[in-house]
Amino acid sequence: MKILVCISNVPDTTTKIKLTADQSAVDLANVQWIINPWDELALTRALELKETSGGKIEKVTVMTVGTQSAEPTMRKALAIGADDAIRVNAEPQDAYFTAQQIAHALKDEHYDIILCGIESSDYNGSAMGNMLSEFMELPAVSSVSNIEIDGDQVKVNREIPGGYEVVEPELPFVAVVQKGIAKEPRIPSMRGIMMARRKPLKVVEPAEAEALTEFVRYEPPKPKAACKMVDADNVEELVELLHNEAKII
Amino acid sequence: MSVLIYTENFDGKFKKANFEIVSYGAEIAQQLGTDAIALSIGNVADDELKQLGTYGATKVLSFNDERFATLDNQAYATAIARATEHTGANVVIFSNSNTSKAVAPRVSVKLKAGMVFGVTGLPKNLDPFTVPKKVFHGKAFADVVIKSPVKIISLAQNSFGVTEHPSEAVIETFAADIDDSTFKTKVISVEKATGKVLLTDAEIIVSGGRGMKGPENWKPLEELAEILGAATACSRPVSDEGWRPHSEHVGQTGKIVAPNLYIALGISGAIQHLAGVSSSKVIVAVNTDPEAPVFQAADYGIIGDVQKVLPKLNEAFRKFKAEN
Repeated sequence: MKILVCISNVPDTTTKIKLTADQSAVDLANVQWIINPWDELALTRALELKETSGGKIEKVTVMTVGTQSAEPTMRKALAIGADDAIRVNAEPQDAYFTAQQIAHALKDEHYDIILCGIESSDYNGSAMGNMLSEFMELPAVSSVSNIEIDGDQVKVNREIPGGYEVVEPELPFVAVVQKGIAKEPRIPSMRGIMMARRKPLKVVEPAEAEALTEFVRYEPPKPKAACKMVDADNVEELVELLHNEAKII
Repeated sequence: MSVLIYTENFDGKFKKANFEIVSYGAEIAQQLGTDAIALSIGNVADDELKQLGTYGATKVLSFNDERFATLDNQAYATAIARATEHTGANVVIFSNSNTSKAVAPRVSVKLKAGMVFGVTGLPKNLDPFTVPKKVFHGKAFADVVIKSPVKIISLAQNSFGVTEHPSEAVIETFAADIDDSTFKTKVISVEKATGKVLLTDAEIIVSGGRGMKGPENWKPLEELAEILGAATACSRPVSDEGWRPHSEHVGQTGKIVAPNLYIALGISGAIQHLAGVSSSKVIVAVNTDPEAPVFQAADYGIIGDVQKVLPKLNEAFRKFKAEN
């Protein structure tokens, strides 16, 4: 069995977001880049599955669509433990474009399980993984919070309001994963970092593809009014403010 | 031309989020000079379907097929794509539920229709079709143009509200003719808690952080939730420590919530936590540290030890509830 993990290269989630002067873009100069948090958890779970599979899972591959600037993030994924990496050499435009690029690059490859994070922490699109499954004509399960391999079958937990369902998909399939899929993301070890330098990172040229959406303008969030402080010995005032001023209770 | 709204049911019932997207879709239909048509998949009684008319749907397509009792992404997406073609819809609207996240992207690819997830308001422009959304979890807003003839949008919860457009909805049976071979996933078991207020539905959320000091101190927090009819939540360190279940974790990597009132108890307000709660209408924070970033996001604040403040809050809210 082979597992593919799709990775988005995103600004560190603690980044202060600045806009360009004409507000047509986010100013990404001097930003620290990381593996999208959900993709990082997906990779962690893929490696756990491989390690406990008794050799049944031969390989965990990571894949991204991005320019050369995404390579340090891919090397980090290799340092964490992925066996090899594929980068489609294109600037990602929207989820439709990215999913098409990945589907095209995979058309002669076979993976049994494809893992994608449920959302990227930059443009919060929540679409790529499920678009990919449609382009590849594969079944998919979304909102996956656990994945187990049971013989030749894969079982996943899908979150539903108030609980979860255990779902058995036909293979190959796409799992779009969320919180819970792995406990803590792994941190690369010194040895991992050394080994990552020699692991294969294949660069694939992009296919003809189009984007269907375009971000045209950005605005900073509206400034918030200052927090109104209430004395800890007079909490009745808070109840009164919530009732009469905020009219929320 | 029409606006198609996919209204998901939960055990045969619609929720507020569905009425909100129908209200929203009806407003867009009016701007476009066309009809708002709702699509329901599954077993929903006529009286429940008729309710969608109250929020502006002039027609409800009802597709009832027992194979759709559980979600299969491919089958659902095929049915919704067929309904879109059947109604000639040029705008398709979803909620931002997990089902929408699973299905809408597939519909997008099937119809070559551009999709924007988490739209926060009405289109700013109809041509080119431009919608607003949050990016970087609320650290900026963006206007996004959808360039394809058919447009797919999912509305962020509580960003438009529910508006009544008193009208009668015609209920029409719809058959999507889905082949058995489309179904490639099987639900083998379900675990579901009943009777609890769900975080994503809650109007009020009471949430605890590391300042709660330990799982044994949660009783008064749960009491406050009960007084207010609220759901309980927690910050990431709390769920990582195992003090509370992961399903209660609110924040960037946990659940994104948008209640009317969010009460943060002993939560310092890390940027990732605030990203998950910034859409709340009103935020109340209780924290010992006056410099805690949570006070930057809060509307009302109390500086104090949550262990001491919480019993007083419970007393004050209980008194208020008894009198109102």
